[in-house]
Amino acid sequence: MNIVVCVKQVMDPDTPISAFIVDEAEKKVIPAQGIPPVVNGYCENAVEAALQIRDQQGEGTITILSLGTDFVMDVMKKPLSMGADKMILIQDESASNLDASGIVNVLSAAINKISDVDLVLCGQQASDWDNAHIPMGLAENLELPCITSALNIEHTEDKLIVQSALPDGYQTFEAPLRSLITVNNLFGEPRYPTLKGIMQASRKSPEIWSIDDLGISKSDLEPSIILSELKIPVSEGNCEIIEGEDDADSGRLLALKLREEKII
Amino acid sequence: MTEILVFCETNEDQLDSTAGELLAAGQKLSSELSLPVSAVIFNPNPDMVLQAGSLGADKIYKVTDPKFQQKTDEIYTHGLFEACKQINPTVILAGKTTLGRNVAARTAYRLKSTVAQDCMDISGDKNSGLISVKRPVYGGNAQAVFTFTNPLNQVVILRVKTFEPLPLDKSKTAEEIDLVISMPEPKLKVIDIVKQEFEGVRLEDAAVIVGGGRGLGGPEAFVQLEELAKILNGAVGASRAVCDAGWLDHSYQIGLTGKTVTPDLYITIAISGASQHMAGCSASKNIVAINKDGDANIFKEASFGVVGDWEQILPSFTATARELTQS
Repeated sequence: MNIVVCVKQVMDPDTPISAFIVDEAEKKVIPAQGIPPVVNGYCENAVEAALQIRDQQGEGTITILSLGTDFVMDVMKKPLSMGADKMILIQDESASNLDASGIVNVLSAAINKISDVDLVLCGQQASDWDNAHIPMGLAENLELPCITSALNIEHTEDKLIVQSALPDGYQTFEAPLRSLITVNNLFGEPRYPTLKGIMQASRKSPEIWSIDDLGISKSDLEPSIILSELKIPVSEGNCEIIEGEDDADSGRLLALKLREEKII
Repeated sequence: MTEILVFCETNEDQLDSTAGELLAAGQKLSSELSLPVSAVIFNPNPDMVLQAGSLGADKIYKVTDPKFQQKTDEIYTHGLFEACKQINPTVILAGKTTLGRNVAARTAYRLKSTVAQDCMDISGDKNSGLISVKRPVYGGNAQAVFTFTNPLNQVVILRVKTFEPLPLDKSKTAEEIDLVISMPEPKLKVIDIVKQEFEGVRLEDAAVIVGGGRGLGGPEAFVQLEELAKILNGAVGASRAVCDAGWLDHSYQIGLTGKTVTPDLYITIAISGASQHMAGCSASKNIVAINKDGDANIFKEASFGVVGDWEQILPSFTATARELTQS
């Protein structure tokens, strides 16, 4: 079984707010000094899902696919250290100018170029632009059935049994192998790379592609939506701090205050 | 330019609560673009049609097929896509619900258009018909404005509770149109649906929520939060870190990737107020913070707070609240 996992390199979402800087004129977030990027959290969950399917099967090839401009190789190799087989990086200066539709068109052309892909796995959303619709665009472009927010994926002969989260429960789907499934933190913790995994990954070098290699027409890269403003929201910050003689007294005064304000 | 189409979801035998919010957003756009607002309802009953009319729909497309009883993304995407192909709307509005966000996004791509998700505001330019939306990005650390480039099938997914439904105007009736859509056999088969049993007040419906963060130190602390929630007739919620640590299951999670809640009162205990969490609760009417770190972001969002040790503060707060609410 051939599995492609789409992953994204993002700014570390745990970057302290004080180091989060926006260049409003350029409409860009400035990468924080000294804080390396990370593989997007939900993408790691998707890698874990792929590894579990391969473990169930005892065979299969997992290819990691990513599109970006400034890849940090130590960061991007993490899915390989976790156990993925191959990695294709579409490294292209123009990637940062693409909107979601453009990204979808590039990634789907790349998946078509990788031969005999069965299953495509994606993290539900990336922690930078929080679009949460790139996987759905891929499913539409590639005409694949799509299941979101998988809790469990079981591979049986020629089909997949997938549990998909609902707000108050889950539903179970029977899907063909050729499907696209999104994964988030509900799937479970991604495994840590083992020393053996890290050693193996260090010997693998990713294939580097450029957008021009994919034969996409120029019109498919034109933006259908543009970023017209980017700024850090201002919070009002007028919290009334209640202070008593000690913490217990503060708790009592807080309750009295809320009563006075008719909040409780 | 044609019309503003609202994808109205249904719940059992009535419109989902998001329908009124989306129709209100539609009416706002309608005044800016001078376009009518229409609603598409799958398997509607007469009450739903009346309700959509009195909440602001000028026109209602009714699509009826037994397949829509199964609420899957696949079936509803086909339905909404086929409806849009017949209507050619200028704008399509959907709510950020489990079904709405997936169906709207997939419909956008199938229409070769695009989508803006998790939007907090929307406006339209009368001359061009182009829509601009405001939405949080980077987990809420930044706010972006995006503008569409083509005035056809602009799909916008609005965050739940962002717009207040218009007051019901029962004198308003809408034009009704039956749409005929042929439904193929779905590629995905639903094997079963498991609903979790839930005791007490549902988080999404609670007027009071007591939320706990990783700073509580362990799952035992939630007994005290439960006690306070019970006194205030509320529900308990938690941050993602708490749920990821397995202290509570993910149905308690509030935030960007958890539930969006809008209580009258949200009491946060040992929650730092990361943007990711605030994305799910920032529309709460009153936020109260108990946290040992006076610089924590939660104090920027809260209207009342105590800086200190929750283990000292919470018991006396709970005891006083019990006396006050029982007297």
